[in-house]
Amino acid sequence: MLIFLNHLINGISLGSVYAIIALGYTMVYGIAKMLNFAHGDVIMVGAYICFFAISSFHLPPAVGILLAMLVCTLLGIVIERLAYKPLRQATSLAVLITAIGVSYLLQNGAQLLWTSNIKMFPSFFPGQPVELFGGELKITVASIVTVAVCVVIMLALTWFTGQTKVGKAMRACSEDKGAAQLMGIDVNTTISVTFAIGSALAAVAGVLFCSVYPNLTPTTGSMPGIKAFTAAVFGGIGSIPGALLGGVLLGMIEIFASAYISTQLSNAIVFAVLIIVLLVRPTGLLGKQVREKV
Amino acid sequence: MLKVNDINVYYGAIHAIKGVSFEVNDGEIVTLIGANGAGKSTILNTVCGLLHSRTGSIEFLEKNLASIPAHKVVKLGMAHVPEGRRIFQQMTVEENLEMGAYTQSRASVDPNLERVYEQFPRLKERRRQVAGTLSGGEQQMLAMGRGLMSNPKLLMLDEPSMGLAPILVEQIFDIIRQLHKAGTTILLVEQNARMALSVADRGYVLETGKIVATGTGDELLHDEAVKKAYLGG
Repeated sequence: MLIFLNHLINGISLGSVYAIIALGYTMVYGIAKMLNFAHGDVIMVGAYICFFAISSFHLPPAVGILLAMLVCTLLGIVIERLAYKPLRQATSLAVLITAIGVSYLLQNGAQLLWTSNIKMFPSFFPGQPVELFGGELKITVASIVTVAVCVVIMLALTWFTGQTKVGKAMRACSEDKGAAQLMGIDVNTTISVTFAIGSALAAVAGVLFCSVYPNLTPTTGSMPGIKAFTAAVFGGIGSIPGALLGGVLLGMIEIFASAYISTQLSNAIVFAVLIIVLLVRPTGLLGKQVREKV
Repeated sequence: MLKVNDINVYYGAIHAIKGVSFEVNDGEIVTLIGANGAGKSTILNTVCGLLHSRTGSIEFLEKNLASIPAHKVVKLGMAHVPEGRRIFQQMTVEENLEMGAYTQSRASVDPNLERVYEQFPRLKERRRQVAGTLSGGEQQMLAMGRGLMSNPKLLMLDEPSMGLAPILVEQIFDIIRQLHKAGTTILLVEQNARMALSVADRGYVLETGKIVATGTGDELLHDEAVKKAYLGG
């Protein structure tokens, strides 16, 4: 039972990281109707920035995270402006291929700048694990922080999209860009803001991910990226609660599959679950079926 | 107030609007009527900046709109209630109205909301409801209310009667008359030519991208050619 609880906690913690990444996919998809496959590599860039800030410049971890968020925000905006904005009217296939191209560009750029040698990401969460049941169940500080950060981000985003003017404009743009323009909403700026938020979250996710899996290489972002994309589709792409649900479920499935079935097969099982869910519910768990009234 | 001079609009190779000119004066209701595909909506979309003309000019309140992007035209005092209403289905009624006031200062949102709710009490009852669940007539009211939230000097209505039951059409046209009485200038695009001409001060008849007749609402209502083509004999 305690082992089960242990796996459950690890699953929720890993799932929280997926959820934070999935938010970036889902928000960008919601507004720009594109799959930003470079999102996973923004995670990697964020992790590297934080790594160098802490290891080479001996800055405090908090500063490192903030710096990573800042760099990734700018990176996200620049990527959108240079690579995706010129393709606003293009077919979705062209945009998709461009996104894959940007992904490779970031990976190879990172390799050029930082080599492909593994960097050990420092573990900077202080303190001992919380012990329950007389030391039988240990919950690491990293797990607690990860879940807490995920909850805070979710609450903040729910408030942002539900209550603020910019957040509402974002929802308006994601429903109907033409009508949003007629309201006086600057669609391009709104899309930039969305990329900025998604990329800042990617930086946070990168740091959290690497504090659990510390081997940092230029391809570090691709696996969590693709899994978070899976989580976003699983939960219903375009839906913020869907990203949370999809992420957490995916993390739990992955951990349970590797604990109880097979470590080698855990990834295969994760993706098999996605396929089954899509067969039964093509819009994902919380995805909306869009109906039009005439 | 609005001067459209010799615009030509293309969809790819298709020449949709062929040298159209017209104007709307302060305080008027002007209507563009014509059959499906005559180019009525294309003209409105060009005026508000969603589409662009290759020639000519569009002047609104003495300003040339050529270099002004669509999202900035609203701020000048032009509201466009688009064809098919295009309300934000997943947002609440009140959020839709707030979006209409996007260019307005925070302080003017509440008084504007009050005014719109006074005009459309139905919307007030349903303010917390998700807009996609409204009936067709209510959605049209919401679309018009949303347009009014930006305090427009010129309100452009694209097929406000489309798909509505006759009693609702009457209601919508009553509202148009009231808005006009309150001083709003209106550019009305309609397939329901009889209704449109009966409220309009002046009208233009559009046929495959060209203006083929113009006159006061009454003149056009009694014009033999217009009667034959658009009013059922």
